[in-house]
Amino acid sequence: MTFVEQSGSLPGIAAISAASPRDYIALLKPRVMSLVIFTAFTGLLLAPQHVNAVIGFASLLAIAVGAGASGALNMWYDADIDAVMRRTCRRPIPAGKVAGREALAFGLTLAIFAVLTLGLVANLLAAALLAFTIFFYVVIYTMWLKRSTPQNIVIGGAAGALPPIVGYAAATGEVSLAALVLFAIIFVWTPPHFWALALVRSAEYGRAGVPMMPNVKGADRTRLEILIYSLVLALLGGLPFVLGFASLVYGCLSAVLGTIFIGLALRVYRVRDGDSANKCAMRLFGFSILYLFLLFAELLSERVLALATGFLR
Amino acid sequence: MDADRDSKGVVLTPEQIKSRRQRNIAIGLAVGFLVLLFYAVTIVKVGPGVLNRPL
Repeated sequence: MTFVEQSGSLPGIAAISAASPRDYIALLKPRVMSLVIFTAFTGLLLAPQHVNAVIGFASLLAIAVGAGASGALNMWYDADIDAVMRRTCRRPIPAGKVAGREALAFGLTLAIFAVLTLGLVANLLAAALLAFTIFFYVVIYTMWLKRSTPQNIVIGGAAGALPPIVGYAAATGEVSLAALVLFAIIFVWTPPHFWALALVRSAEYGRAGVPMMPNVKGADRTRLEILIYSLVLALLGGLPFVLGFASLVYGCLSAVLGTIFIGLALRVYRVRDGDSANKCAMRLFGFSILYLFLLFAELLSERVLALATGFLR
Repeated sequence: MDADRDSKGVVLTPEQIKSRRQRNIAIGLAVGFLVLLFYAVTIVKVGPGVLNRPL
């Protein structure tokens, strides 16, 4: 039975939780989880050898639950920040649906369970990498970097970039250059993605006391950094084709998408005032999601096609 | 009022009863799913040899 202290309850009387399963699912950050599943699946399918469907599914599930556990632990620690930001004030803890200590227990249980499951189902390297990802996101990013440096999402982005490596390790028991390239793409993609949003929401981040780049170094410096990261990202995006683990179609797609990314980042750099500046930043933010999705979808479909034709042959 | 509450214990509101029921169903489904998943993983990893081991 779960108890939540509610503001409306009588003193000394524990109120029974009215949290529904939906609130616990919200603690797992399902949208982040879906991105993790997608990128980890791509890493898993890049493996040269055949992966059993059941083992692959169970590994992906463990990776997804590990990511969800990180989300729950992040919400537990950041409940004070979430309460003052419009985007996050309806999350289960600030909304009073789930108690903080319940989210902590939920997150820790899922994290331990996910790591042990991946170790049993796949291998110890994958389990160790998943444990490191959770540790990095919760302790290094959430507890330390997020509130102390404007480079928070640059370094913290490593946690979000690790799933393809974990997926590859789950399939093969090792880490390859291909998996590292996918890591690098997500790692470099993270700063322009989040800073585009931070440009628009800088006042909110300021109120919450989170030192995002626009609040600390200013909007102009942020725009320059977005542009620099976008240029590096466009180059990195083409590496899978250059290194030979993606087709020419992927190469062309990455070139087109990279050019659009740089174009949108240039607009963010040039348009600095008023509503149009915010529109440019939000356009880049929206496109950055599409960019990553299309690149990984192309890699994934090429791999699925190769496996299907190999299977039919 | 206190005496009444003491005799009945904690009285749940309809909303609390509904959410508790939903949580119980979700936990039941999750446990059932995990049983099936671990069964399938065991069969895949050990294969037919699962029945062929020294006693």
